[in-house]
Amino acid sequence: MTGLDAVPRLRRGVKTAYDETRASHVVLFPEGVLVLNDTAAAVVGLCDGRTSVEGIARRLAEEFDGVEADDVAELVARLVARRVVDVDG
Amino acid sequence: MGDAPVADAPFGLLAELTHRCPLRCGYCSNPVDLVGRGDELDTAAWRSVFDQARALGVLQIHLSGGEPLARKDLPELVEHAAGLGCYVNLVTSGLGLTRERLAGLRGVDHVQLSVQDANEAGANRIAGVKAFEPKLRAAEAIRDAGLPLTVNVVLHRLNLDHVGEIVALAERMGADRLELANTQYYGWALRNRAALLPTKEQLARAGEVVAAAQATSAMEIVYVIADYHEAHPKPCMHGWGARQLTVAPDGAVLPCPAAGVIDGLGVENVRDRSLADIWHTSPAFTAFRGFDWMRDPCRSCARRELDFGGCRCQAFQLTGDAAATDPVCTLSPHRGVVDLILAGAAAEVEPAPVEHRTVVR
Repeated sequence: MTGLDAVPRLRRGVKTAYDETRASHVVLFPEGVLVLNDTAAAVVGLCDGRTSVEGIARRLAEEFDGVEADDVAELVARLVARRVVDVDG
Repeated sequence: MGDAPVADAPFGLLAELTHRCPLRCGYCSNPVDLVGRGDELDTAAWRSVFDQARALGVLQIHLSGGEPLARKDLPELVEHAAGLGCYVNLVTSGLGLTRERLAGLRGVDHVQLSVQDANEAGANRIAGVKAFEPKLRAAEAIRDAGLPLTVNVVLHRLNLDHVGEIVALAERMGADRLELANTQYYGWALRNRAALLPTKEQLARAGEVVAAAQATSAMEIVYVIADYHEAHPKPCMHGWGARQLTVAPDGAVLPCPAAGVIDGLGVENVRDRSLADIWHTSPAFTAFRGFDWMRDPCRSCARRELDFGGCRCQAFQLTGDAAATDPVCTLSPHRGVVDLILAGAAAEVEPAPVEHRTVVR
């Protein structure tokens, strides 16, 4: 489980894009593609190597209802498992 | 026009730009009938293939071959693919990949570099040429350019016992990822199967070494199983015509690089019809898409959602029927064919010599 003070960033070789065919944000990495929903896209967009999980949750709460820091931490943990993001701290 | 799309959009395009290659590996994934330079799609045709692929939903373009560096127009093709917003993956032998050449390839996101073995003599023996040293220099150039690097290694009887040294070599090369893929028997590898098929003991030892490395290495290590030795087939291509398509050097559009071996598949060409039409409606893509084509034991099997009935090319090659259950499966009535092949390999004391891939110009 990723801690709330962990600072995620996209790994080297990972790109984000908007795919018009699927009307979705996507993450592109060496051997795969992740199609993101809006919340996940917002989280990935904030994996900038500066913002902590708690900070991401605060920023998202300005935009979406019912954002829990634990949910953000769980999503980040899944992105770490897929080798899309790394965490410091 | 008129036909409504019937399939989900593909994510990946494997663009086999050429079959020309400086290496002559005996397990080459190219077909035995290689396409010569004179029959290759030209630059404008490849650009159109990329445009059509992107419009169809492709997000990853794997520039492969043969050796993609054999194409003089590679810089232009890389730039075009990147300009479409695709993730551009260069799949290379590394021969000819100098710093200058790499600097000219603007838009590459990731490089996959093949390595044949941990030691120079073994590597050169499999490749059929002196390729080991140039690959080390290529890896250096890739790292210095700041590009993420995957080292690809095809495993077989002659290098499986060195898998620990291969992991160490990939680490020295600075790889982010290491793909250790046991040989899959199509094309050249099928022809050389007697020389390449490992023993059960070799696989068991290598499996332990790989598991230990996966637990400790900073690299991501992907291990592709030796399917003949397994009880269930691989989920080949994650289902036929589901996620990826291959365009061969001459413009033939295939569900996978090996699919050309299946007789009467009805393979079509981008010179004749649009990529979208071929993906959605061509006989080659619709033949085994989804689950309706399956017979028992696959049709009523809970595992069909996991392995999609295995590999159609393998079913065709080993049973003569592309719609049969992959004979690797212990539920297949043809499993005995695979067991017989394994027994033959186990009984061999002196492995057969490797026939190198032919040179195509």
